[in-house]
Amino acid sequence: MSDFKVMVRERNDNIHTLELKGYLDAHTTPVLEDAFQKLLSEKKYRIIVNCKDLSYISSAGLGVFMAFIEDVRAEEGDIKMSDMTPKVFNIFDLLGFPMLYDIVKTEDEAAKKFAEKSVR
Amino acid sequence: MGTTRTYKAHVTIPSQTERLSEVRDFISLHAREHGFGDDDINKITIAVDEACTNIIKHGYNFSPNFKIDVDIIRTGSQFEIMISDHGKQFNPNAVETPDMKEYLSHYRRGGLGMYLMKRIMDKVEFNFNSDKNTLRMVKTLQ
Repeated sequence: MSDFKVMVRERNDNIHTLELKGYLDAHTTPVLEDAFQKLLSEKKYRIIVNCKDLSYISSAGLGVFMAFIEDVRAEEGDIKMSDMTPKVFNIFDLLGFPMLYDIVKTEDEAAKKFAEKSVR
Repeated sequence: MGTTRTYKAHVTIPSQTERLSEVRDFISLHAREHGFGDDDINKITIAVDEACTNIIKHGYNFSPNFKIDVDIIRTGSQFEIMISDHGKQFNPNAVETPDMKEYLSHYRRGGLGMYLMKRIMDKVEFNFNSDKNTLRMVKTLQ
């Protein structure tokens, strides 16, 4: 069975981080959907998805990001992604996802992008 | 002149998404043995995952008691995967290829499985007959 976990962490800059671990496929996507759902119900719209321990993603997993990005941006928030392994990044890249999402090297870099936007 | 040897392997899973990981393990093991690098192994594994997910979702409508057969046939540099099921048939030519720029800018969802399969594999062919549905995908080791 696929193993997948999400850890939610509150940073000190009003940003919440979702740390993904394991295999995100058609079986495990509800776990990530629930995590997003919970953040949105608490009106937390500044979200970083840390993909350091994400070993695998299929289109079902990519669909979760598509499901929430519009609502999050409508609330002046964003979903930014960090720490992807090249293997996982190549799948996002194959579908052109870097056009729509900020995908950066580190979580701090993602946080900095949130800060830049608030200044504007 | 030496003859080209053919290697075959087979796995059957029930139509359940929780069993996708078994197919992925099976594919990545044989893709590695064939000589593919990490990135190609991951991509081929995704192509097969997408195919099986579509069968479970659309072919069997999430009924958990059907079967999906996955065969690997390795000949020379060719890595061939045959996926068979007895689920609902469809017209693969009617599946639209998404324009990703439009797809992303309009926050669309779903329908990326087939697109990924075609982007990743060298050949993607569907064959439907009264007995079963077969998807043949080929990737050649460069």
